Amino acid sequence: MRHALTEVLSGLRRNASMNLAVLVTMWVSLTLFGLGTLVTQQVDLIKGRWYDRIEITLFLCTPATQGENCTPGQATTDAQRADIRAALEANPEVAEVFYQSQEEVFDEFGETYADSPILAAMKAQDMQDLFRIKLVNPEEYQIVTAEAARMPGVQNVQDLRQFLDPLFDWLNWGRWLAVGASGLLLLAAALQIGNSIRMAAHARRREIGIMRLVGASNTYIMLPFLLESLLVALAGAALACATLAGIQQFAIVEKAKPALQGFTWIGWEHVGIAMVWLVAVAIALSMIPTLIATRRFLKV
Amino acid sequence: MITFTEVTKRYPGQKRPALSGVSTTIDDGEFVFLVGPSGSGKSTFLRLVLREARATSGKVVVDGRDVGRMSGWRIPKLRRGIGTVFQDFRLLPGKSVHENVAFALQVIGRPGREIRRVVPETLELVGLADKADRLPEELSGGEQQRAALDRAVVNRPRILLADEPTGNLDPTTSVGIMKLLDQINRDGTTILMATHDSTVVDQMRRRVVELSGGELVRDQAQGVYGYQ
Repeated sequence: MRHALTEVLSGLRRNASMNLAVLVTMWVSLTLFGLGTLVTQQVDLIKGRWYDRIEITLFLCTPATQGENCTPGQATTDAQRADIRAALEANPEVAEVFYQSQEEVFDEFGETYADSPILAAMKAQDMQDLFRIKLVNPEEYQIVTAEAARMPGVQNVQDLRQFLDPLFDWLNWGRWLAVGASGLLLLAAALQIGNSIRMAAHARRREIGIMRLVGASNTYIMLPFLLESLLVALAGAALACATLAGIQQFAIVEKAKPALQGFTWIGWEHVGIAMVWLVAVAIALSMIPTLIATRRFLKV
Repeated sequence: MITFTEVTKRYPGQKRPALSGVSTTIDDGEFVFLVGPSGSGKSTFLRLVLREARATSGKVVVDGRDVGRMSGWRIPKLRRGIGTVFQDFRLLPGKSVHENVAFALQVIGRPGREIRRVVPETLELVGLADKADRLPEELSGGEQQRAALDRAVVNRPRILLADEPTGNLDPTTSVGIMKLLDQINRDGTTILMATHDSTVVDQMRRRVVELSGGELVRDQAQGVYGYQ
């Protein structure tokens, strides 16, 4: 093991400029990859647990709300609620109906906006009872929306997709751009690692030849190369993790959260997940090209 | 110890096989000269014993193991029992004599204290104890070959393959190397030496296996280089 470590250190010194190039490429590509992961998690947070499951939300009347189908100062009655549910379930365009009371809506609100100062100002009574509807054919939302908007006890009908789809389109576009760019750079990094290892193995071909002759195992011969590329990749990953942490702290925590309090922003646990993924990618990206590049020198 | 049974080796793109139907047995403790003109198959013979190449047909058995059918991961263990020396010495230029010899033990995982004990002993045996810290470029050809020989036998292999070990040496130096090889053989190591050096072969009068055009044409106990 000591010999392998000595070879690693000597290899890092010998190939310093090449290793530096690999380090920088890994840093940039893994940072972009991590950003893509964060954007994905941010989109999922904004969507919440309902966005992918339903298309339309019916807000019921409360004593504080106003609407064409609401009696001023009164909430939706139990009879009205039962009629609404029956009408929805009888509609052939409706696939599923979910009901949430004010308390349930407030509990969900509390989970989503746990870090936000808004929560302190809200109570369960500020929420509205909801019917959330999944359609058989999302394209046919207008039929259901029009019918629901006329029902007594329904204060408002909302199709979230109208408002959020353009935002998600933009976010997804950004995500794929980040992932696409990171994919190209990761490929470049993998090729650089392969070249670097091939050059290092060629420079050490006499030693490798002697090692094979005297009976060193393939693992022993490959170990210095694997460790060298792993060290460089992990250094790149460490820099990428630090960059993501910096973005989270300076862009999200200090700027975006105070400016846009109505949003659910990613937290440190999401950054942690992105870091785990990018370290895993770094390890894979260092091991695979090294194993391929050294194969030629180990053929018996 | 080493058995070739109807061994043929064809390299891709070559019309004539490098070895053709060769059958012979080399017993434990033998000293065998492998002679023949350039291209006769001597080096191929040695490569097949070391499993650096595989026979196209036939069987090569070394120490009871069919090396042609051996899985790749077993080959390092096979090679730990075989030492090799070459005409061009193949010492590592950046390492001293001591480091070159120790290298052979380090890379097979021998503990440091064993290496520190064994290497000086073997350097003493080959007459290089006072030159342990020299680099290969600071040694004569004979001294380099002694260092290479030490590296080949430091792990006490049962077989030593020598591919033209005196090819780059003057006659006097060659005699010194052959004395060493003889001593190694007397200690129990089987030696198979490919050579063009007729003087050495004639002086030592050991078993001679002659190859010509890939075929085994002579197998003579206490033989000489040419036909008598």
